[in-house]
Amino acid sequence: MTVADALLLALGAVAVGSGALVVTSAHLVRSGLYLVVSLGAVAGLYLVLGAELVAWVQILVYVGAVVVLLLFAVMLTRAPIGPSTDLDRPALPAVLIGGGLGAGLAVLFADAFRWVRYPEADPGTAERVGEQIFGAWVLPFEVISILLLSALVGAIVLSRPDVGARSTPEA
Amino acid sequence: MHVVIPYVVAALLFGLGVYGVLRRRNAILVLMAVELMLNAINLILVTADVSLRSALTGVAVESWARPGAAVPGTGGVLALFVIVLAAAEVGVGLAIVLQFYRMRQAVVVDEVRLDGDEERVAG
Repeated sequence: MTVADALLLALGAVAVGSGALVVTSAHLVRSGLYLVVSLGAVAGLYLVLGAELVAWVQILVYVGAVVVLLLFAVMLTRAPIGPSTDLDRPALPAVLIGGGLGAGLAVLFADAFRWVRYPEADPGTAERVGEQIFGAWVLPFEVISILLLSALVGAIVLSRPDVGARSTPEA
Repeated sequence: MHVVIPYVVAALLFGLGVYGVLRRRNAILVLMAVELMLNAINLILVTADVSLRSALTGVAVESWARPGAAVPGTGGVLALFVIVLAAAEVGVGLAIVLQFYRMRQAVVVDEVRLDGDEERVAG
């Protein structure tokens, strides 16, 4: 049990606990704020695992942009301030499928990797990640930039009713 | 370090995400649960970057695997790609949700009619 193990255990407990609160809380806004805690804990796990750039991108993109976008959507759909009563479906199928999947995957991983010590991760530098992206992965990088652009255009077209509307012929 | 800890955490997070997608009726909460699932995938990618590399030392490189691609950091690069995908997904998803709210004043995914509309809504 090293320091890295203790950090991994603590951050993992925070991530799973606040993740459980995200999917069970009766307040819409509290769900979004627990999501911040969960994503932050996962970013801490990335730091312990040596993926420094991924951790900071996680903080920037997820906590900074995605959660803020979700909270804006909560506001724009006039969500109630207090607890909502109509947020959930019957629990049984969700518990069966979600619990079964989570427990099954956990048992699979625990059986595959056991309690074996692996060498500590060397902290990655941004230089190494940059060499990877623009060396071996340059084609997926370009494709994903095109995908991001088309998602941007698609979101604009979706949210503007006057774009793409058929002009009704004057009678 | 024992890599089984982040692997099990990722499995539990994925299970929580599946539970949230199936349980929640509010479309925004469904998107939050999808974010939990994508985070579990990212955690597995980053952890595999640590564990598989050290587990595969001494294994002969297969003919299909380019030696240049087996350097450290590949899992992190894939995790960055998944983060970008998640950002695009949540942008388009929230645009759809907000447009639906503007048409129907509702964000409940159970009540979306999949067969035709009784009244045509402009736009």
